[in-house]
Amino acid sequence: MSGIHVSTKINGDAVEFVCDVEETLLDVLRDKLGMTGSKEGCASGDCGACSVTVDGRLTCSCLMLGAEAEGHDIGTIEGIAKGTQLHPIQQKILDHAALQCGVCTPGFVVAAKALLEKNPDPTETEVRFWLAGNLCRCTGYDKIIRAVMDAAAEMRGQ
Amino acid sequence: MARNPDADSAPAPKAVKTSTIEFDADKAKTFKVVGSRPPRPDGMDKVTGRARFGADMVMPGQLVGLILRSPHPHAVIVSIDTTAAEALSGVKSVITRDDFAENADHHDVLCNIMAREKALYEGHAIAAVAATSKAVARKALKLIKVDYQILPHVTDVDLAMAPDAPLLHADMITSGVTPAPTKPSNIAGRSEFGHGDVEAGFALADVIIERDFKTAATHQGYIEPHACVANVGADGMSELWCCTQGHFHVRQVCASLLGIDVSRLRVTASEIGGGFGGKTTVFIEPVALALSRKAGRPVKIAMSRDEVFKASGPTASSSMNVKIGVTKDGHITAGEGEFRYQGGAFAGAPADFGAMSAFACYALDNVKTVAYDVVTNRPKGAAYRAPGAPMSVYAVESVIAELAGEIGMDPIELRLKNAAREGTKSSYGPKFGSCGLVETLEAARDHPHYSAPLGPNQGRGVASGFWFNFGGETCSTLNINADGTVAIAVGTPDIGGSRAAMCIMAAEELGIPYERVRTIVADTSSLGYNDTTEGSRVTFSSGMAVIKASRKAVTEMCNRAAMIWDIPAEAVTWEDGHAKPSGANAGEFEPMSLAEIAATASKTGGPIAGHHEYNADGAGVSFGTHIVDTEVDPETGRVDILRYTVVQDAGKAIHPDYVEGQFQGGAVQGIGWALNEEYIYGEDGRLQNAGFLDYRMPVASDLPMIDTVIVEVPNPGHPYGVRGVGETGIVPPLAAIANGVSAAAGVRLTELPMSPPRVLKAIDDAKVAAQ
Repeated sequence: MSGIHVSTKINGDAVEFVCDVEETLLDVLRDKLGMTGSKEGCASGDCGACSVTVDGRLTCSCLMLGAEAEGHDIGTIEGIAKGTQLHPIQQKILDHAALQCGVCTPGFVVAAKALLEKNPDPTETEVRFWLAGNLCRCTGYDKIIRAVMDAAAEMRGQ
Repeated sequence: MARNPDADSAPAPKAVKTSTIEFDADKAKTFKVVGSRPPRPDGMDKVTGRARFGADMVMPGQLVGLILRSPHPHAVIVSIDTTAAEALSGVKSVITRDDFAENADHHDVLCNIMAREKALYEGHAIAAVAATSKAVARKALKLIKVDYQILPHVTDVDLAMAPDAPLLHADMITSGVTPAPTKPSNIAGRSEFGHGDVEAGFALADVIIERDFKTAATHQGYIEPHACVANVGADGMSELWCCTQGHFHVRQVCASLLGIDVSRLRVTASEIGGGFGGKTTVFIEPVALALSRKAGRPVKIAMSRDEVFKASGPTASSSMNVKIGVTKDGHITAGEGEFRYQGGAFAGAPADFGAMSAFACYALDNVKTVAYDVVTNRPKGAAYRAPGAPMSVYAVESVIAELAGEIGMDPIELRLKNAAREGTKSSYGPKFGSCGLVETLEAARDHPHYSAPLGPNQGRGVASGFWFNFGGETCSTLNINADGTVAIAVGTPDIGGSRAAMCIMAAEELGIPYERVRTIVADTSSLGYNDTTEGSRVTFSSGMAVIKASRKAVTEMCNRAAMIWDIPAEAVTWEDGHAKPSGANAGEFEPMSLAEIAATASKTGGPIAGHHEYNADGAGVSFGTHIVDTEVDPETGRVDILRYTVVQDAGKAIHPDYVEGQFQGGAVQGIGWALNEEYIYGEDGRLQNAGFLDYRMPVASDLPMIDTVIVEVPNPGHPYGVRGVGETGIVPPLAAIANGVSAAAGVRLTELPMSPPRVLKAIDDAKVAAQ
């Protein structure tokens, strides 16, 4: 099987890889590039654990082929904290104890960041609907919603 | 299967070395760290994606393992031909049932992880391959030829109990029946619990209600599919990395199935992406080990979501009858129930736990429950949060609500009049110790939620629930590091923040800041045996081991200070993280801090550590009461959850954030069970909704905030008063929501899930009946 050569940008860095035609972006991130922060929960776009951004747009990396990353700008969980400096969403998730097992957490962080970049002052209902594509089975979402609302307020300077 | 959660009624002989430390009321008044809400030690790794879960491990030279699964719900496996698969380039090993020796100790587990003579459910493992890539492994699976002789199947519990039902196991003779049946059936066992004379009790009742109920099978729904990496060396020394709630249990079962010594297998528990009971057993782990042994290379197996639904361990579906009698002034005179659970293709449905917990909330003179454990052509069930209790309690609490309506009494008042309390002979046998049902009912009654106004098409439901809680075999080691920090090793995987709770308890005992204590989950070669993370046992059992290990380390640190000061050890006490001289002849010395003692340890006798090993008793039951407001759309039958409040007895909340988290998570799993989630089988015996799109778990937009009230009635069997809190939260919601929906719809709903078509039909049927 001949591989496809792909040049892309991930978290601001130029990255090249060779992938098979049927490999998803999630497969490439996890198995080829060692970026295992994005998780496979369903491989069908229903759980959001593999959330990344493609040119700033929230995307399930399990629904996109690796080859489709060519020429795009990919953002993953690994690129959200700046060194040891957490993004406010990450910090608020810790402060609110908004995680239990934590396997869905990277997807929630990526999705919530994408929301707040579009809508810095969301209502609780808007947060709930935006995050409806991310499944969490441990928390009942309560503390996650509170953490995102709190992060939004802090990022607005309130 | 879940462990027997009730140590007092466990059939096994009592362990010789059991221990508890009684509740210390004076210490509870001076808590400095217990009850605070510091960030969890594994939090940073989990918000940055650095935490390594089951599928995140890579070993050098690792192969991809895939499993061939039966497309048929019931079939004889006439032959398996793997020749073509083995010949494919890149395939390094192929295994079938022939690669596992028969195993009397783990017969059902073995038959479940790799089918023997018959495939017993759609998804049953038939063979497995390890290859250099997923693409090659997929191709190899297609080259395996299996000759099936298809048999009739059964997936419904009541149909499976019928005399002419397709028989799964020719040797299954129902246990618990005297005399033993002469013919095999799908009924694995019958058990009975209770006391008094229910017929005499019903004769005293003014109102008797008897109802039939059904609940669908649900899945734990953990977001992380099962995953493992196995590495068997040429000398048989083996390592296994896997996501599990109990790596010691995994080690024992896998070593047995592979026929190797336990000491040759080191199991490391990865971070675990949810379990809820579903990761208390093995599915892929022995398969990966057998593939690795044959290939001589590491093998990773990660289940797909489709495999998780079809071939891991969902919970039972149920069919039940409950009958309760009550006097006009609200005294329950008798309760009776029959609980028929199917638990998939092998014995072990938690019907007995269902029957034991059904009436546990009530002090009854006359109670009788009967449980049937039934096999069907479905995947073998595993534990799911308070296994067996949510269904039976749903049936009982539904009838209680209806009785309250019949006699015109507030439903919380009716429960308070009959509530189990300290000294009550429980419906399953033992007498309850100190427990907090009354306190949860009173807190629910007094909560603003309970008296808030409701709008049209809205209804409020209340239900109580119970779980036994469990202790079990536990050990922990605590090391005082030379720099004054502390390292704790526990053997219970952390599924909900328990490492934070361990750090809190050690910091409390040692008198040092939380930040100076770190806790890890040690692998099976680094610590003695620990029972699985189940039965809401970790904060209780591992916590008590940590407390005892801390106290041993404190004793040793006092000894070291005594040595330095050259005074008797008895003349040294520990206070606020310091050794201090005390008593008349102790002399005058400046207190020595933990860090100072640690820094000089090399000169006073070497490293300082504490260790404790025991079999934990006295877990202490936990009760809860939930209030929910629902709104039913009469046009579509859709139900919205408007408001939800959980009140539960935690004994003592060590880290209140994670206690609330358990309450909220349990309640929302219950909401899913009540409203949407179900295993849907076609007439062909195949699962029709093996994915998150069609198996509909609650998402954020389905829900309101989940309010919580932590009641603290100390458990006398724990020095801080801790009770397990993990499971009780899923017990009340099914009934609470059913009671709310029934009130809103004006008709009693008796089958779960209350999906829109079912609710709409109930409303329409009621309209027809009224005309």
